[in-house]
Amino acid sequence: MSIRGKAFIAGAFEHPLREIPDRSTHQVVAEVALGALADAGLSLSDVDGYFCDASLGFGPLSMVDYLGIHPTHVDSTETGGSSYVVHVGHAAEAIAAGSCSVALVAMAGRPRSTAMRRPTVDEPTPDAVFESLWGMSGAVNGYALAATRHMHEFGTTSAQLAEVKVAASLHAQHNPNAFLPKPVTVEEVLDSPMISSPLHRQDCCVVTDGGGAVVVVSPEVARQLGRTSVKVLGHGETVKHADNGRIDLTYTGAVVSGPRAFEEAGVTPADIDYASIYDSFTITVIETIEDLGFCAKGEGGRFVSDGALVAPDGRLPFNTDGGGLCNNHPSNRGGMTKIIEAVRQLRGEAHEAVQVPDCTIALAHGTGGSIGTRMGSATLILGTADA
Amino acid sequence: MSAPLPVPTPAVSAEAEEFWAATAEGRLLLRRCDDCGTVIWYPRAHCPACGSQRTSWTQASGKGTVYTFTVVHRSMLEGFRDALPYVIAYVELEEGPRVLTNVVDCDPASVEVGMPVSVVFHDTGTGRALFRFRPA
Repeated sequence: MSIRGKAFIAGAFEHPLREIPDRSTHQVVAEVALGALADAGLSLSDVDGYFCDASLGFGPLSMVDYLGIHPTHVDSTETGGSSYVVHVGHAAEAIAAGSCSVALVAMAGRPRSTAMRRPTVDEPTPDAVFESLWGMSGAVNGYALAATRHMHEFGTTSAQLAEVKVAASLHAQHNPNAFLPKPVTVEEVLDSPMISSPLHRQDCCVVTDGGGAVVVVSPEVARQLGRTSVKVLGHGETVKHADNGRIDLTYTGAVVSGPRAFEEAGVTPADIDYASIYDSFTITVIETIEDLGFCAKGEGGRFVSDGALVAPDGRLPFNTDGGGLCNNHPSNRGGMTKIIEAVRQLRGEAHEAVQVPDCTIALAHGTGGSIGTRMGSATLILGTADA
Repeated sequence: MSAPLPVPTPAVSAEAEEFWAATAEGRLLLRRCDDCGTVIWYPRAHCPACGSQRTSWTQASGKGTVYTFTVVHRSMLEGFRDALPYVIAYVELEEGPRVLTNVVDCDPASVEVGMPVSVVFHDTGTGRALFRFRPA
């Protein structure tokens, strides 16, 4: 069953704040959920499908109760930062199957205001036992391991990685809500403190509170709404892992999720007008654009070094909101903001300085977990109503 | 001068009990499939290559090369914070698996991809030792 044209994103909302010390996370989820519904011209009572991650208490149970909705379809697939890209794909499948017609996908978190809480487990997973002993201090170390290997095999340089941050910062200057709105140069990235070689501080995404939500609806509901909807064209997802100790750090799960999404959508990388590429770290973008087929494996560093990612005129305008590197990475999970900016581009509602002219087909790619061990990858291809 | 790397005590699952017991004797064990011969990492009771549940322990040579590494300059972890800078690496063992570990007993700036290394054991004081690697 293909989801092509079976579902539309009718509403999208990104929380305007980047530091939220004075509200509960549940409250922030409700704010973005209501924001996305209002954007679509829908209300909570219209919602019959709910999609969330597993970070807020028994998957959907606590939030469905808090919101006061009565869904006939729920899904709390947890793949870290890629979860929400997965959810939009699953929402489209659920709508195509007839099990709901107004699907709310919502997320929020406040890592900037609270110490990042991980679910406590009585028994460590067998993999964690062998990975938690070596001083891995946050996600950066795993991505640094990938960057070192990518540099070794393909000659990628720190200056090329920095170009990714530079492009994101050029976009962020136009976003009044961006956490880091100031443009930076390659030299400034290279001069920022080394965190975990070869990654500098400015190779890393921001840590922000906040959240976002989208509403996915059936074609029948979309037709009744006054708002421009964005058509779901295709979706792919996978988990890439350590592969019995034969881990290869030079590629991501996008090698699986990308081709599946392109095939379902009936388009190729050359058809993509705008791409939201998960940018937890600069190396994440380099490997992902290679794996999605925007350039050959190993060529990512060279591909980005002539402004290819800079909107509106680059070959692959990306992350025009400033991305996770400069704008927002709520709950340490960037998949939702990737979808929201793709929706803005397809509606022609991105900032005029970075709006891609005649943007008709866009891609949003999510990455979750760690590129250094095991990761979720999800690719979503969206289009205008006539795409 | 930074402090030596801390030696945290690993949690031990039933599948890896013999693995950790052997580390206290200075031996690095690998699980191997009795049916297809695949060397398994991290240790588990079944073979992820062929699905067989007939697997057994074999002793590794303790030799390998650095597949990739990072020199950590900022850390939030107690103990490790005082040992900066330190090296986290994937070491590719002679037997095939790439294992996450630390490279020790050398200047972090001297570590390179492809560098030959051999295993050393750091005693946790709890009947288990951590397998780390030093330049061979």
